[in-house]
Amino acid sequence: MTSVQTHHGDHAHHPAGVMRWVTTTNHKDIGTLYLWFSFAMFIVGGIMALVIRAELFQPGMQIVQPEFFNQMTTLHGLIMVFGAIMPAFVGFANWQIPMMIGAADMAFPRMNNWSFWLLPAAAVLLVSSMFVPGGAAGTGWTLYAPLTVQMGPGMDLTIFAVHILGMSSILGSINIITTVLNLRAPGMSLMRMPMFCWTWLITAYLLIAVMPVLAGAVTMTLTDRHFGTSFFSAAGGGDPVLYQHIFWFFGHPEVYIIAIPAFGVISQVIPAFARKPLFGYGSMVYATASIAILSFIVWAHHMYTVGMPITGQLYFMYATMLIAVPTGVKVFNWVATMWRGSLSFETPMLFALGFLFLFTLGGFSGLILSLTAVDVQVHDTYYVVAHFHYVMVAGALFAAFAGVYFWLPKWTGRMYDERLGKAHFWLTLVFFNMTFFVQHFLGLAGMPRRIPDYALQFTEFNQISSIGAFGFGLSQLLFLYVVLKTIRSGDRAAQRPWEGADSLEWTHLPTPAPYHSFETPPLVK
Amino acid sequence: MTRRVASRTIGIGIGAALAAFAGAAAAAYQWNLAPGVTRSSQGVYDLHNIMMGIILVIFLAVFGVLSYAIYAHRKSRGHQAAQFHENTTVEMIWTVIPFFILITMAWPATKTLLAMRDSSNPDLTVKVTGYQWKWGYDYLKGEGEGISFMSVLATTPDQIYGNAPKSEHYLLEVDNRLVVPVGKKVRLLTTANDVIHSWFVPELGVKQDANPGFVRDTFFRAEREGIYRGQCAELCGKDHGFMPVVVEVVSAEKYAAWVAAQRARMAAAADDPNKKWELAELKARGEKVYGQNCVACHQANGQGVKGAFPALDGSKIVNGPAQGQIALVLAGKPGTAMASFKQLSDTEIAAVITYTRNSWGNKAGDAVQPADVKAQRK
Repeated sequence: MTSVQTHHGDHAHHPAGVMRWVTTTNHKDIGTLYLWFSFAMFIVGGIMALVIRAELFQPGMQIVQPEFFNQMTTLHGLIMVFGAIMPAFVGFANWQIPMMIGAADMAFPRMNNWSFWLLPAAAVLLVSSMFVPGGAAGTGWTLYAPLTVQMGPGMDLTIFAVHILGMSSILGSINIITTVLNLRAPGMSLMRMPMFCWTWLITAYLLIAVMPVLAGAVTMTLTDRHFGTSFFSAAGGGDPVLYQHIFWFFGHPEVYIIAIPAFGVISQVIPAFARKPLFGYGSMVYATASIAILSFIVWAHHMYTVGMPITGQLYFMYATMLIAVPTGVKVFNWVATMWRGSLSFETPMLFALGFLFLFTLGGFSGLILSLTAVDVQVHDTYYVVAHFHYVMVAGALFAAFAGVYFWLPKWTGRMYDERLGKAHFWLTLVFFNMTFFVQHFLGLAGMPRRIPDYALQFTEFNQISSIGAFGFGLSQLLFLYVVLKTIRSGDRAAQRPWEGADSLEWTHLPTPAPYHSFETPPLVK
Repeated sequence: MTRRVASRTIGIGIGAALAAFAGAAAAAYQWNLAPGVTRSSQGVYDLHNIMMGIILVIFLAVFGVLSYAIYAHRKSRGHQAAQFHENTTVEMIWTVIPFFILITMAWPATKTLLAMRDSSNPDLTVKVTGYQWKWGYDYLKGEGEGISFMSVLATTPDQIYGNAPKSEHYLLEVDNRLVVPVGKKVRLLTTANDVIHSWFVPELGVKQDANPGFVRDTFFRAEREGIYRGQCAELCGKDHGFMPVVVEVVSAEKYAAWVAAQRARMAAAADDPNKKWELAELKARGEKVYGQNCVACHQANGQGVKGAFPALDGSKIVNGPAQGQIALVLAGKPGTAMASFKQLSDTEIAAVITYTRNSWGNKAGDAVQPADVKAQRK
């Protein structure tokens, strides 16, 4: 361990006020922009979720019309996936990767600015689609053809938003890959990088591989709508199922684009609070890479009911089940990291444990869904909704919360309120399960997803779920309060507030982290 | 048979645990899949229970270890951290063992699936067509061949919008049920007229997408008489939640009687395509056709839904020459929700067009005759 770096460039020439944020090329500023943007989108998407849950509180149509309900489910999905979760982890990547590998900044700072500022443009397009004639796309976030052909101009706005989001992701990925491969401090070989950097390196490759595929799918939708092509229309020799194949070739890796950086955050947090090195670092890297590769060959398990040949169903079932092996390795490694450690349970660790527990439940329901025969019964029901919220919310979102509480002292120089942080965790945990656990039962009983009204026997579970959803949503206002309170009036944080944390940002940089991370690269021994 | 008993026991065990957990076991709470009335649904039920049993064991093992660590290896208890961070043997073991567990899961999963996909040698073949937002059934082969009807939601808008008490089978009731004989293998050929729909009845263990322009097949053999309800499972637009599937499984005798009644109904309903109709007569008939086919989009007041579905009241096409409107109804308008309605009879199309031309603010004053429609069919 070398001495803490001294810094003298912090009063460099950058504009103040709004222009600081518009013109910034600093990885920390851009990371902050990503994280706040992500939180804003999380609130917008969350309000849409609450509209959905309010309508579903009881049978009958009370609050919205069916077509608006469909728009809400569509926008909720798109905004949460592309606006909230993905940017949150890009925000973490921006803040952390240069600090963790001993670099001064990202490899392409101006491109970094551009990849962020594309996002608000896309968000404006998406949200404004609600206000054009016919409203937003009501097709579900999967944008299945040929329903997309029936939509109004809101569909075109959605398509362009997806194009822009894809561009932003690709630019960001190129930046991350170049940074990780070229800007590591002397002595930091790839296999000595913090796990979080590994997960983002793999994720960035996934993004570059699949975002163009999504762009292709929506472009074909656009030309089917306006330029007389028939990619997805049988009347012109096309096939609506082709869209699903293309979409899910993007869509399944997308699941891991969201999950793998979350694995990275958890792999930083658990060792820090177990005061013990991550168990099985090498196998963790290989498991992550295996998950990424497998994610390309399992896409049609989202389509078991389209009527594919039985050989196709069997292949996709076996391939999907295989994913349980590397995922299991990761879970076992995390448990082994904690085994015979010296555990303490501050808020980041609580969220990491919440992740471990609930993400594994999501993995179990995923295993059930991988079995084609069972999937035929529960496909497109609330069972699937429950499953992917366990993976996306209890997985990715819990990991993001863990990361925020973990690094907030380093970012702001101040400590969050531990008591409020813990309260946020427990409220989130309880209301999350109240919202989504019961949805497993709704799905098993046969309630289809994306319906604005339902038969009487589904009433009780829907009421429990709706109450839980409002509790969950309100609990996140507490999170906002905790973060704001930290920034304004938190206690001063030490350079290394977590004794078990040992990556470069804790050992080599003061708290708060200086504006330019490492002006001279540290020597990693 | 032992497997089935084992799976039942596991299923009951899980169900009981969950019921106790919630402290309430009212009749409306369904905790598990329905065992159903076909071998497919029963096979899935058993398979799911066995898998849940295996998962429960893994869950207890993994989280047992984790819980012990959380309890015993806490800093607050003064536990000192060990510094080990790899063990090749252990890592090999927990890579290989899950692999074998998966193979034992894949075996019954494959067997169940193979049984679900064998749709050969059916006793009855029915074509199922998804429309926005109703189902069409055509009995193609077997007893009842030639029977054809639409199946539309029977729940009234008053119930949906809270102006009337909700019936027992709210949203799961239709005007015409798919009637099939018990114990007979029924093959379904699914297709769609507009967008993708999915024909789903949990208790029959069937969910099959209906793709426009393609035919897919599935089957069921119901082993018990009864009425089985399901819904469209693929988002198909505005009224996706309002196109239920209701299947009535009856005895062979009842089925024969039903077939005879359907034949009589169809014969009586067949209109003489050369008949000349009076305006009032056509308009009355047309209002019924409108209510079954057009009202979901164009609305009862003819105003449509702004921005989504055009108004007919005051529409240029409806108030223009009849030929234009006939052509549109027959062919639909590609790229919009306006589908082709050529499956309706000449009389029905003539009636509904006459109705729209002489309702609300529209005052064409003419009656479109079935012969006019016939002349424009290609």
